[in-house]
Parts: sequence; C-alpha cells; structure tokens
Amino acid sequence: MPNRNISLRRQMTDYFFTGLAASLSVIVVSALIAILAYLVLRGAGSLNLSFLTQTPKPVGETGGGMANALLGSVMILGIASLFGVPVGIGAGIYLAEYGRNRLGQLVRFTSDVLNGVPSIVIGLVAYGLVVLPQRHFSAFAGGVALAIMMIPTVARTTEEMLLLVPHAVREAAFGIGIPQWRTTISITLPTARAGIITGVMLAFARVAGETAPLMFTAFGNQFWSFSANQPIAALPLQIFTYAITPYDDWHRQAWAGALMLVILIVGTTTLVRFVFMRRMLGGAR
Amino acid sequence: MATAVEVHDLKAWFGKTEALHGINMAVEAKHATAVIGPSGCGKSTFIRCLNRMHETNPEAKSEGTVRVGGVDVYEMPAVDVRRRVGMVFQKPNPFPTMTIYDNVAAGLKLNGTHNRKILDDIVEHSLQQAALWDEVKDILKKQSGASLSGGQQQRLCIARALAVSPEVMLMDEPASALDPISTAKIEDLIFELKQKLTIVIVTHNMQQASRVAEFTGFFLMGNLIEFDKTEKIFTNPSDKRTEDYITGRFG
Ligand SMILES: Nc1ncnc2c1ncn2[C@@H]1O[C@H](COP(=O)(O)OP(=O)(O)O)[C@@H](O)[C@H]1O
Ligand SMILES: [Mg+2]
Repeated sequence: MPNRNISLRRQMTDYFFTGLAASLSVIVVSALIAILAYLVLRGAGSLNLSFLTQTPKPVGETGGGMANALLGSVMILGIASLFGVPVGIGAGIYLAEYGRNRLGQLVRFTSDVLNGVPSIVIGLVAYGLVVLPQRHFSAFAGGVALAIMMIPTVARTTEEMLLLVPHAVREAAFGIGIPQWRTTISITLPTARAGIITGVMLAFARVAGETAPLMFTAFGNQFWSFSANQPIAALPLQIFTYAITPYDDWHRQAWAGALMLVILIVGTTTLVRFVFMRRMLGGAR
Repeated sequence: MATAVEVHDLKAWFGKTEALHGINMAVEAKHATAVIGPSGCGKSTFIRCLNRMHETNPEAKSEGTVRVGGVDVYEMPAVDVRRRVGMVFQKPNPFPTMTIYDNVAAGLKLNGTHNRKILDDIVEHSLQQAALWDEVKDILKKQSGASLSGGQQQRLCIARALAVSPEVMLMDEPASALDPISTAKIEDLIFELKQKLTIVIVTHNMQQASRVAEFTGFFLMGNLIEFDKTEKIFTNPSDKRTEDYITGRFG
C-alpha cells in the first residue's frame, strides 16, 4: 500500500531529525559539563578555608588565598550593575515604547556596535574617562568599564522582551485611562520581567569573567581594599596573574579562582531568579 | 431622550488612507447602539475614535468633533476620556501578570487610589455587575486573570472597564471569540448595564444586534449609510444597501 510507505517514510524522517536534534543538544551540554567537571577536578582541592579568608602570600611562600579578589569582584560587579542595569533597561524601554524614530534607530545601531567593541578598548575608554582625571586606579573605574559593556546587552534584550508583550495588553491599559508611562512601568515591564531578568543575568555573567578591561581600571591589589576609590583585586585579574607564573601552588589557586568565579556567577543568577521569579503573580503597584 | 455621545463630521485616517468619510451620529444615553457592517468598513475605527484610542496608532489621524456628555473629547486629556468612555475588545485581554482582583483594581490603583476598603468595594461591585463575582470570589487574589476561561476573561475585562465608572462603554465584537453560552451571558449583561450606562456595540452578528440594541447604524466603506431604530433597520430599511446587507446579498 503506497499510503503505508509514505507514512513510514515520514516517520523515519521524523525519527532522524528528532535524533539529530537530540544528539546536537547532547554535544552542547557535554561541552558545558566537561568544562565544569574539569574546573572542579583541578580547582576544588584548593578551594579551602584559607583560600576564602586570606589574601595572596608574597612570591615564594605557599598558601594564602583570594578572599580580597572575591570581595573585589563582588564590588566591581555591584558597581557595574548599579549603573549598567538601570541605564540599559531605560534605553530598552525607550527603544521599545518610543523608539520608532531617527533617535531610536541611532541608539539601536550604536548599541549593536558597542556590543562588538573589544573589551580591552572599553577598558581604555574607562581609563580615559575615570582613571586619568582621578589620577589613580579604582574599583569604581572597573565598575564603569563593565557597566559600559553591560548596557548594550541589557538594552537590546529589554527592547526585544517588551516588544514581545502583545499589543492587546497595552491597549487594555490605555483603554481604562492608564497613562503610557504608567502602563510601561506597571504593566508592560512586569509582563516582560522574566525575559528582561534573563538578559540582565546574561550581561552580568558575560562581564563577570572579563579581565582585560580591569587591567587598567581596577588594576588589581595584593591586599584587602574596601574602598570604591582604591585599586582593587578581582578574581579574573588574580587568576591571570597566577596562571602565568611558574609556581604549581599558584596554578592550583588559579584553578580554584576560576571555579570560584563560576560559583559566583551561578550563585548570583540563581539568587536573582529566586528572588524575582518566586512571585510571578505580581500585583498592580 | 438624552444624547450621550454626539459625533459630528468625523473623519479618520491610517497614514494617507481615509477610513471614515465624515460620520454623524447621536448616541442615545442609557441605551445600546449597535454598529454593523461588512469587515473593513470602519466599525472598529469609528468606536476607537469615540474614546481617542484611534490616536494610539502612530499612523492614525482624525478630524471632526466627538462630544461625550456635551464636552468635546479633544478638549480633555485622552486618559480622562478613556475613563469616561470605557472599552472592551474583541479578544479578552486581561493583564497576564495580575491576579483577578488586581485586574479589576488596576484602573484605580494605577491612577492613585490605594484605600483598601474603597478598592475592595469597587472590585466586588464591578465583578457583580459583570456577573462574574460568584465564580471568582474565592480565588480573587489567588489566581491570575489569564487562568480563567475565555468567557470569564471577557467578563473580567468588562468588570475592569466598569471599575473606573465610565458613562459610556464601547464593545468591539465582545462575543465573537466566545462560545454560545458565554455569548448569551454577555448579552444578558448588556441588558443589565444599559440601565446605568450607554453602550455602543460593534457586532458581526445581526441577531445579536437585534437582541441587544435599540438603535443600529449600518456602515459601508467608511460611511454611515443608515442609522435608525434597530427594528426599522432590520424590517424596513430605507436604503437599498442596508437591505442588501441584512438580507445577506453581500458582506
Ligand atoms: N492599523 C491599521 N493600519 C492601517 N489601516 C488600517 C488599520 N486598521 C484598520 N485599517 C483599515 O481601515 C479600514 C477600517 O478598518 P476597521 O475599522 O478595522 O474595520 P472593521 O472593524 O469594520 O472590520 C479598513 O480598510 C482597514 O484596512
Ligand atoms: Mg473590527
């Protein structure tokens, strides 16, 4: 029966492509798992209490840790998010809700170009903007560099996520006399919340591992610093410094630092999701 | 007999295309007026001009006067017009992130009313008016508006519009996406509502128009061809084109 053959062939094609898609997904996931497993294998052994509580020891001495670099990373990323997230979301709102004009086109184009600028160039920009006028390196300068890198990603994802909100939702709000700015803040943004948070986390994760733009902004520091106005250590910088030395102990610490960085990113992402997504049923505020 | 909405020489455009060519109509207060006509004849455009929703489309433009309660809508802020002239859309569109309660309260809360007692009262009253209270009173703050059935969602949207106490309610084919039972509920509702406010309803369904509306306007290609008592329109129209449409010869 010819019908039978056709349906058999369709079924085989279906199996084939399902299988293909599944194996490709497995490849992607295994790459990730392989990297993580290798990091744990090399780094977990050195990720001990002294690593988490001590500052680096001078050359030649073993032991010490990256506590100051962990704090530095947290501070720099905090400063970066403080500037980068609101500016990025604001720009995204402008693009989605008001940006059907020349200025919108310009902002869109600029932010796509900015997204492609090598991170070391962004570092130089922050050096020129912050370090030169202040005449010293600082956590703040590092934060500014990373903020500049976060803005285009946050802006463009915010725009895309807001545009995904059905027009009917905005119409419903206008229809009961809610002004446009109110509609954006209280209705459209919360509707797009999940996607926007994902975009912010993506931007955060991307800049968390950046090393080059911190070299001439945050600069690095062998000691504790709690000031936004002083040179400060950061995990990627410390990993880089240790990785290019000939010392085994420092190599081990570099691996532990890399593992720490991944934990920091995954931890933050999970926490943010937990806090913001727990109540998807937000109220009208 | 009082006039709730007075439309004079209303023209509307999308870009360069003129969608309405000068409409004149006096909508009777506390009655229902049906707007009928073939697809694309300008019914939605017409009612969207009555609460200035038309201009939310960046391409759109309009001309002429629309008076609500004697006041020119272009002399009022658009948001005030839309509170006085509420709207229910073809597809139910509850706010997806909000609970049932917040959907109904949204128009008040987002315009600055935060008194719990007042909100509770208005939410309950609006849901009762929309004949939805009994079905949702136990899940008000537990479930999202989007979790309701299509017919319930549409009644929720009606409650949401009622909560800001409009004088006029515009309904753009409010039952065309619903099953027959939900449709009947919406029609019953229109009967109740027109005791208190003025209703303008666009409908594709001529039986529906004759069931709910005292007056009917027939639109064709951006013109109001005939506007009269519903009975007259359906039994003895003055215009040949109206007769052709209602007898199903075109449209
Ligand atoms: N958003 C729009 N952009 C451009 N033209 C539109 C738009 N909406 C409607 N039109 C045009 O305006 C005319 C009237 O449309 P509409 O009022 O939606 O008709 P109806 O509701 O009677 O089906 C149609 O010719 C339609 O193509
Ligand atoms: Mg229509």
